[in-house]
Amino acid sequence: MFGFLINPSKFNKFADIILKPLILLCSVILIAGLILVYLSPLDYQQGLTVKIMYIHVPSAWLALLTYSIMTIYSVIGIAFKMPFSFIVNKAVAPIGAVFTLICLISGSLWGKPIWGTWWVWDARLTSVAILLLIYLIIIFLDKTFENKEVREKTTAIFILIGSVNLPIIKFSVDWWNTLHQPASVSKLSSPSIDISMLQPLLVMTIAFSLIGLIIAILRIKAEILIRKNR
Amino acid sequence: MSLRFQRLVLILITLVILGAAVLLILFNTKKNIVFFYTPTELIGKKISSGDRVRIGGFVKNSSLKQISLNQYEFKITDNENDLLVFYQGILPDLFKEGQGAVIEGLIENQSTINALSVYAKHDENYMPASIKEELEKNNQWKKDYK
Repeated sequence: MFGFLINPSKFNKFADIILKPLILLCSVILIAGLILVYLSPLDYQQGLTVKIMYIHVPSAWLALLTYSIMTIYSVIGIAFKMPFSFIVNKAVAPIGAVFTLICLISGSLWGKPIWGTWWVWDARLTSVAILLLIYLIIIFLDKTFENKEVREKTTAIFILIGSVNLPIIKFSVDWWNTLHQPASVSKLSSPSIDISMLQPLLVMTIAFSLIGLIIAILRIKAEILIRKNR
Repeated sequence: MSLRFQRLVLILITLVILGAAVLLILFNTKKNIVFFYTPTELIGKKISSGDRVRIGGFVKNSSLKQISLNQYEFKITDNENDLLVFYQGILPDLFKEGQGAVIEGLIENQSTINALSVYAKHDENYMPASIKEELEKNNQWKKDYK
């Protein structure tokens, strides 16, 4: 049933069915999200600046989600020797890198008016900057070794080593004093963000996920084609 | 157990050990990773005048004074100890009394610091401006929504 997640030809068949409806759905949700963001209220402290959140937070979540997916595929790729895992790793690494970059740039633009600085080396900001470096190393590792098996295995092992950074990013704001504020949505008590601002945030997150998913499907299809014709 | 599951278990064990190692390193270097000290934490530290430190806390109520056009004096507090801060420069928009702030500066003596930069810290609460007015009207405004 979930064969399309590990089998290239099943994936291709599934992707052909799902791609067009997905693009339509994504456009609708993205437009709806942008309208919701436009209509969303101003923050009692930050005013208009709070709207950077609707770009910053979804891209941060997606950067972490993309890396988690790569970690899972690296585990099954090495353990079960499934070539499709390495196709996915190669295809989605640049997507995660771009989400991380969007997160860092939007965060910097947000920090200047609110904190009074573009950048500080606190635990949260530094660990996300390290995530960007890890993504870049993963992309460049793929251009190193001549031997395909060695290259893919090395990349997968590096992805696994880099995955220790994920919990550090998530919990950095709880473990250490940081300038970055703690989590608002993913915490045990009810979210400390008003429902009128949470709704556009979640809709934008779904829109960002679908954009990432569509690009991922296209890149995986392209990678399968390249390998077939080699 | 088949070979592939042996590999899977081996990978997972490696990941757990790797994670534990990194966590041990991070928690043992905790004092170097924190972005700022609170005024109380600073008392326990050996510091001499001229040391560069970052101090975080709340701006004490009715302590902010404007000395001249861009010179300010205020107290940073963690509700136990205060630290007097002198600062010359532009304060961030969110900086006000009762609000969290982080200052970076040079220690002058045990209770005074010359700030080189001031950052406003904001918390994880987001709320529409209209709701704040509504809450204040009904005296429901809680002080902990900083």
